[in-house]
Amino acid sequence: MGDVAIRAEGLSKRYRLGQQRGSNVLLSEMLGNAFRRPFRRRAASAGQADFWALQDVSFEVPAGSAVGVIGRNGAGKSTLLKVLSRITEPTAGTATLHGRVASLLEVGTGFHPELSGEENIYLSGAVLGMRRDEIRRKFDEIVEFSGIESQFLDTPVKRYSSGMQVRLGFAVAAHLEPEILLIDEVLAVGDAKFQAKCLGKIEEIGETGRTVLFVSHNMPAILRLCSRAILLEHGRVVTDGPTHDAVRMYLESDLGRSSERRWTDPALAPGDEVAKLKSVRVLPVGGGSAEEIEIRQPIDIEVEYWRGEIGSLRPSVNLAFYNDEGVCLFISNDWQGRAVHDAGGKPGVIRSTCRIPGNFLAEGRVIVTAAVSTFNPATAHALERDAVAFQVVDRSQGDGVRGDSTNEWAGVVRPMLDWHTETRRVE
Amino acid sequence: MQPATTTSIVIRPSRGWIGLGARELWQYRDLGYFLVWRDLKVRYKQTLFGAAWAVLQPVLLVLVFSAFLGRIEGIGPAGVPYPLFAFAGLVPWTLFSQSLNSAANSLVNSQNLIAKVYFPRLLLPLAAVGSHIVDFFIALVVLLVMTPVFGVLPKLTILWLPLFALFAVVAALAVGTWLAAIYVRYRDLRYAIPFLIQVWLFATPVAYSADLIPRELRGVYALNPMTGAVEGFRWALLGGSLPQATILLSAAATAVILVTGIAYFRRVERTFADVI
Repeated sequence: MGDVAIRAEGLSKRYRLGQQRGSNVLLSEMLGNAFRRPFRRRAASAGQADFWALQDVSFEVPAGSAVGVIGRNGAGKSTLLKVLSRITEPTAGTATLHGRVASLLEVGTGFHPELSGEENIYLSGAVLGMRRDEIRRKFDEIVEFSGIESQFLDTPVKRYSSGMQVRLGFAVAAHLEPEILLIDEVLAVGDAKFQAKCLGKIEEIGETGRTVLFVSHNMPAILRLCSRAILLEHGRVVTDGPTHDAVRMYLESDLGRSSERRWTDPALAPGDEVAKLKSVRVLPVGGGSAEEIEIRQPIDIEVEYWRGEIGSLRPSVNLAFYNDEGVCLFISNDWQGRAVHDAGGKPGVIRSTCRIPGNFLAEGRVIVTAAVSTFNPATAHALERDAVAFQVVDRSQGDGVRGDSTNEWAGVVRPMLDWHTETRRVE
Repeated sequence: MQPATTTSIVIRPSRGWIGLGARELWQYRDLGYFLVWRDLKVRYKQTLFGAAWAVLQPVLLVLVFSAFLGRIEGIGPAGVPYPLFAFAGLVPWTLFSQSLNSAANSLVNSQNLIAKVYFPRLLLPLAAVGSHIVDFFIALVVLLVMTPVFGVLPKLTILWLPLFALFAVVAALAVGTWLAAIYVRYRDLRYAIPFLIQVWLFATPVAYSADLIPRELRGVYALNPMTGAVEGFRWALLGGSLPQATILLSAAATAVILVTGIAYFRRVERTFADVI
């Protein structure tokens, strides 16, 4: 065996788009499409109806080292792992892996909800590539690692809490003992304590001379586990080097994104002949910092675009809000705003503003993707992924959603809801 | 785990037609075993009668056939009670139809696995068919008990029975790999598969004797893989004359479907994870 565990040479992966079937497209899908569609537009302008998720990716991973893969959503990280784990074929290029490979793209792969915990340990183990006797040998260890009490092992996993399912799933995966381990974001699930345990286990795997390729949005985890990191953007390798440098570059390019974007030259602005983005701005209602917004404060997201030759089209602005784990919090579309075109669709500048109420978003980084789209068929004429971003901080003191609780407050949004409570009877 | 396996995997775009990949299938046999085991466990979980369904389904159909068709003159051969005749056809037919149905659905039903983990995809239709062999054995035991009860004593030809059961299994696998691979891309098959199986039952000598088919059409009729499988199965159990030409034609048709089915499956397999 050579010193190189993974060698990728010119890996490229093309997806053909527009394979939509069926006419009953749900609204949510339509909106989702509008955000995905620009790939097609961008590709079409390049003369093909394709989207390259990976383009000419080359790197080497020496045996026994842990390398992180970072990048924004849609940068090609997951596609890279899928290609390396042979789930999907590359369109071009070669990858060579020396050693027994295990890939962990989700926790609990192969679980069947009707089967018991014990049965699922065997099933998931086999799906992940373990031999029957190997699972039998490690069974007790797996159960112990999962922390699931033995009386629950006969219970169908559909009756497990999601936390228990994750624990059992990871426990199986943690006992794979591969020579090369490919992991995708598995630490994004589970409670903090179990996450720490999983991280420890991966670290342990790395220390025993195994090769680990680790995709994550969790920068502290990447920094802790990997000495080297590869930064992907639009399917290409941007940086490949010491983790600290790659992470800094990533943070500067992504999370460092400001609360305001402007395009002064329509020729360089994202968009087509129908609409081109002019500006996207985060405006806290009542003033104050746009980079860091207090959770109780309402926020306006203002989008300006150049309207071109719209013909009979009635474009509208859509906004998609993501947190820094890449979870889409919600999507909003300015349906009413389409009426602005009724006055005659001459070229000009349109401004749409969306107000997000206070006490609605959760704490943390919010990244906004902005688009100008028409529907039926869903087409994004102008789109800027991760156009603006801002930080939401909770400084409420008893008057916020969390009241006087100082505990961690879970959830991707933190809306203030109406409660009604009354005394029905006194005894 | 084997000590320091020096296995190397080379990943590159594959082109054209590729082989069966038998060696890899063998390496993944443990997964195949667990997939069969899972299907069996899940199939009879939370059911009242459990594995008795394996017998109940053909038996109920025998009752229906006997009530509606059994009285028709010449529908079965002389000398064999119609219920036994129908049952001896329904046991291999049930093996075929259920295996085919499971195999055709096997990929779409395992979308999550296909999108998240690598293994030879042919394992899915194989395992789907495998899980029905267990059901078949249960029904077979009942059939073997019923045969003397109806006054037919099996002869030495019964030794051929496993071969014709295998015939039905291979036929299901052959058609199943085709349908499974097509189903990944065209979800129309959700509606087409049950319909296909229903029509197929009428095109197979299950409820009636193949003697009813006009002589000039028998060649075409024998191109149905299940014609040979059912006829042969009945011959092995109940005796009579062996329809050799029919069986050879059916076997040839099965072989063609199997080889082309696997070739097609292997060719489109590389895109499964992208389109499923």
